[in-house]
Amino acid sequence: MAAVIFQELEVSPQRKAWKRLFRRGGAIFGLVVVAFFVLLALFAPWLAPYDPVATSWSAVRAAPSASYWFGADELGRDVLSRIVWGTRASILAGVVSVSISLALGVPIGMAAGYLGRWVDALISRITDAMLACPFLILAIALAAFLGPSLTNAMIAIGISATPVFIRLTRAQVLAAKAEDYVEAARALGNPHLRIALRHIFPNIVAPLIVQATLAIAAAVIAEASLSFLGLGQQPPAPSWGSMLNTARNYVDQAPWMAIWPGVSIFLLVLSFNLLGDGLRDALDPRHK
Amino acid sequence: MLNYLLQRLATIVPTLFFVSVLIFGLQQLLPGDPAIALAGEERDPETIRYLREKFHLDEPLPVRYWYWLSGVLQGDLGDSVRIQKPVTELILQKLPVTIQLAAMAMLIALAIGITAGVISAVKKDTAWDYAVNVFALWGLSTPNFWLGILLILVFAVQLGWLPASGYVSPFEDLKANLSAMIMPAFVLGNAIAAVLMRHTRSAMLQVLSSDYVRTARAKGLDERVVVLKHALRNALIPIITLGALEFGTLLSGAVLTEQVFTIPGFGKLIVDAVFNRDYSVVQGVVLFTATVYITLNLLADLAYFLVNPRMRH
Repeated sequence: MAAVIFQELEVSPQRKAWKRLFRRGGAIFGLVVVAFFVLLALFAPWLAPYDPVATSWSAVRAAPSASYWFGADELGRDVLSRIVWGTRASILAGVVSVSISLALGVPIGMAAGYLGRWVDALISRITDAMLACPFLILAIALAAFLGPSLTNAMIAIGISATPVFIRLTRAQVLAAKAEDYVEAARALGNPHLRIALRHIFPNIVAPLIVQATLAIAAAVIAEASLSFLGLGQQPPAPSWGSMLNTARNYVDQAPWMAIWPGVSIFLLVLSFNLLGDGLRDALDPRHK
Repeated sequence: MLNYLLQRLATIVPTLFFVSVLIFGLQQLLPGDPAIALAGEERDPETIRYLREKFHLDEPLPVRYWYWLSGVLQGDLGDSVRIQKPVTELILQKLPVTIQLAAMAMLIALAIGITAGVISAVKKDTAWDYAVNVFALWGLSTPNFWLGILLILVFAVQLGWLPASGYVSPFEDLKANLSAMIMPAFVLGNAIAAVLMRHTRSAMLQVLSSDYVRTARAKGLDERVVVLKHALRNALIPIITLGALEFGTLLSGAVLTEQVFTIPGFGKLIVDAVFNRDYSVVQGVVLFTATVYITLNLLADLAYFLVNPRMRH
């Protein structure tokens, strides 16, 4: 009995979190599908059966067959190859834009939460102002003024998603600031920057990881939306959103053009959502 | 009540100020001379000179902001370079279409979201609960423009029941209007239904485990009465106020939905403006949206304050 208790105590919190994550079927499914898409993006040149921009007049709107598994589009380009290459744009947009949000949101949120007073008041009002503009509308406006391209779409999505990270970091810092270990670090005479980076930051990472995973799902949809509107990846480079935009005009003649890009967006977003939900339960057992 | 209202208003003023700075700042992102960019593709020298004068582009930035803000405060959001009409007039022209779409979408979202949420909470950990959760995940993960295309494929192309696109005013032909709007409204309501379902489920679970519900059950009341009359009525308070906060999702979704179904509303106005490089319209639409969002937020807060007596103490 004593040995069992001792063994239980030995298990680190990280290991416990991993155990809780792997106990959830949805989270494992999410992890596997995300890993699948990441591999697809990395090895696209070797996995895609055709050149994604090569046109073939003999294959215009060809139905799915042994040569074209997912069919061909209005210019005779292989839909499967474009889906495989399009994974790059979606994964890249998800990861890069959330990295931008984290890089901006976490330091600003920490400054607001840690420094308080007028810094907090100023940052909070600016955050409120940004949150008052609906996410996609702000992203559209930013992408419109910056000019249409995948890079600008990622910047636009990253900036639009930043206020959520500012708010989350600020709230977490405010909670951590009141803890005894921070008080102790302050009593020992640690400088503010060291307290913020060495003592507070490691303790607020878990909710940030959860939010980042869920934000990637939102960023993937946002990139697809901007590309669908013509503000993201520019033709002929493949992107799931722009493929759907073209497919809209051929829905009665070539429905396969619309089905596969949509299924891909859905699967990737669903997987990030499932993974995010799983991580939340694993990293914060109090959350139900 | 008055104190609370004044407190809330006091926080709104700086927020609105920063919204205006943010939206004015968008113009500064334009590469090169804003007058040339604002003049559109024709780059007519006359228009460029007019814009330079109108936007005081030779003045320092704070002065230009002040001129812009003074106009906005008087309801002047500028003029559309492409359509040659005031932006305010364009927004007011397109707004009723989007309001109808948003209202129908919200009704669908409330009907599906609340029903599914209640079923999920009452039948917790059963097949029903799992099915509803799968539905919620589907709603949250499906891009609404894709759902729109799929519905067009099924209901317009394959079955021929509904029109694939277009808009008819309800004052001209109500039946045609409803059949044109039902698919877009469903597409738009789908994602919000998922959010409302999740909130209804957690609010209902909380209420169902409270003492007064246990008392109602102990009195021998019918389970349906307990759930619908005692539990749901209290759980609805946060859900209804949450509905107002979903306005942002509704408008973001409307941009894409109107594009898929070619509905001449507010969302299509901003997309067309983006492609016509009609930047005043883009700025005007964002400013208008943010102001309405802040107002709805305030109204939701006040509604919550009014219906929840605990808030008043």
